[in-house]
Amino acid sequence: MKTAHEIIIAGFGGQGVLSMGQIIAYAAMKEGKEVSWMPSYGPEMRGGTANCIVIVSEEKINSPIVSTFDSAIILNQPSLEKFADHVKPGGLILFEESSIINPPSRTDVEKLPVAALEEAQKLNKRQVANMILLGAFLERRPLVAPENVLKALKEVLPERHHHLLPLNEQALLRGKQIALELAHESVL
Amino acid sequence: MEPTSQRVDSSTQAETRLMKGNEALAEAAIRSGMQAYFGYPITPQSEILEYFTAEAPKHNFVVLQAESELAAINMVYGAGGAGARVMTSSSSPGISLMQEGISYMASAEIPCLVVNVQRGGPGLGTIQPAQGDYFQATKGGGHGDYRLLVLAPASVQEMADFVFDGFRLADKYRTPVLILADGALGQMMEKVVLPPSGSLPFIDKPWATTGKPASRERNILTSLHMEPEKMEEINVKLQDKYRKMQQEVRYEVIGAENPEMVIVAFGLTARICLKAIELAKERGIKVALLRPITLYPFPYDAIARLTSTAYAFLTVEMNAGQMVEDVRLAVNGKRPVYFKGRMGGMIPSPEDVLLEIETIAEKQQTTTV
Repeated sequence: MKTAHEIIIAGFGGQGVLSMGQIIAYAAMKEGKEVSWMPSYGPEMRGGTANCIVIVSEEKINSPIVSTFDSAIILNQPSLEKFADHVKPGGLILFEESSIINPPSRTDVEKLPVAALEEAQKLNKRQVANMILLGAFLERRPLVAPENVLKALKEVLPERHHHLLPLNEQALLRGKQIALELAHESVL
Repeated sequence: MEPTSQRVDSSTQAETRLMKGNEALAEAAIRSGMQAYFGYPITPQSEILEYFTAEAPKHNFVVLQAESELAAINMVYGAGGAGARVMTSSSSPGISLMQEGISYMASAEIPCLVVNVQRGGPGLGTIQPAQGDYFQATKGGGHGDYRLLVLAPASVQEMADFVFDGFRLADKYRTPVLILADGALGQMMEKVVLPPSGSLPFIDKPWATTGKPASRERNILTSLHMEPEKMEEINVKLQDKYRKMQQEVRYEVIGAENPEMVIVAFGLTARICLKAIELAKERGIKVALLRPITLYPFPYDAIARLTSTAYAFLTVEMNAGQMVEDVRLAVNGKRPVYFKGRMGGMIPSPEDVLLEIETIAEKQQTTTV
């Protein structure tokens, strides 16, 4: 029986890929699940590449490092090239649309382009693009309940940024809507 | 109705949190009643010093960023000699710098905790995880005939738990204890149940240099003995202690019962191997993992016992082959011992390990046919 969901989140440093992973891990832990969060921690500061592997499981997690994934959340072209082939057949590749010049060509996975940067700009805060992607991801893969995501957000976001909680919540909701609209379009 | 208590100091009870290994280790140290920490920052373990520095104002311990690792370890020597529950932490190159002080403390029998969050080497190396310091950790490290009791965590939970075990064992045997972790364990986040504060008792240390009262002779702690007769006596005493320490050996065996193959791996690598064992099971190969939890003392007997069922042993490490020498000693030529390693900060994948398992299984089939 398969009970684990293995996710890679990858992009440039500063785009919030590590905190997206932490939010998923924290929310899942609140639900009593087993979690692991493994960051790349090289000299990957703002502008460099950054990624994290998040595993959410009903059972004890053996290896926190895996090389194939159920889902990939991709925020730049180099990360797409690195990880697209490592998504399991039937898995999900969710990507920030404007950051990807060559979309994944695979036909055996679900592909979900989300215009997160554009939508974030509409909310007047580029930095919440990651929350839009997270909202869209959780709509397609409801690993954790929305109320726990909000709790996790509060834990992960440093206290000095807590005035931005409502905006982040709005971004999560916007992501969810986008995923729903895209699902609707694909049905039509 | 009784009014419910307004505030409970959360640290007096067990508590579940999502933490990095480095943070969990530091929080556990605070809860263990650690009285002093001396260190010098180095990736991938700088969070330990940062955590202590941030938490110090709320607690009653000394935290000091020394001018170098040499200074830090000698401050540990001083505080430990005065009877304090004291620790330091660093990563591979920094631990090399501390070896002189660690040898002095082993000789003078100073209890303390040293944490090595290993990175790739040799030299300044990389900041990525590695296990290249196994020899250094388990065979002495510094000069002279001494051993450290070495604990090898494999999860964020064990990063926390082994601080308690480490301080307890350090006091019990009057010896430096080493926690041998790696950069991945330090940086990754997992669920951790933190032990409650005040649950690790302090023992009397009548040997400590705390100031001479009129009631006893002065205490002297030193590793310098000019007469070889005296120095040999100290060596005999140390060796006797290391024999007694053998009873602290810890390991776990996970996976197939009556395995045809046994993987021996410690720390993070052990968990990667567990995933490989799962994949091997799907292919009908019965593999078990033996994970040494103490690297010194080493579980020689437990490995030797498995030679009765397993036709082969595989050791997987993030180095060029260090623990495999101890596995070969334990197996003692009865079965072939294979090795798979990655070096310099590279991590073997479960698929890499599976490939080794399959290759060994095929080899076995062709030789038995």
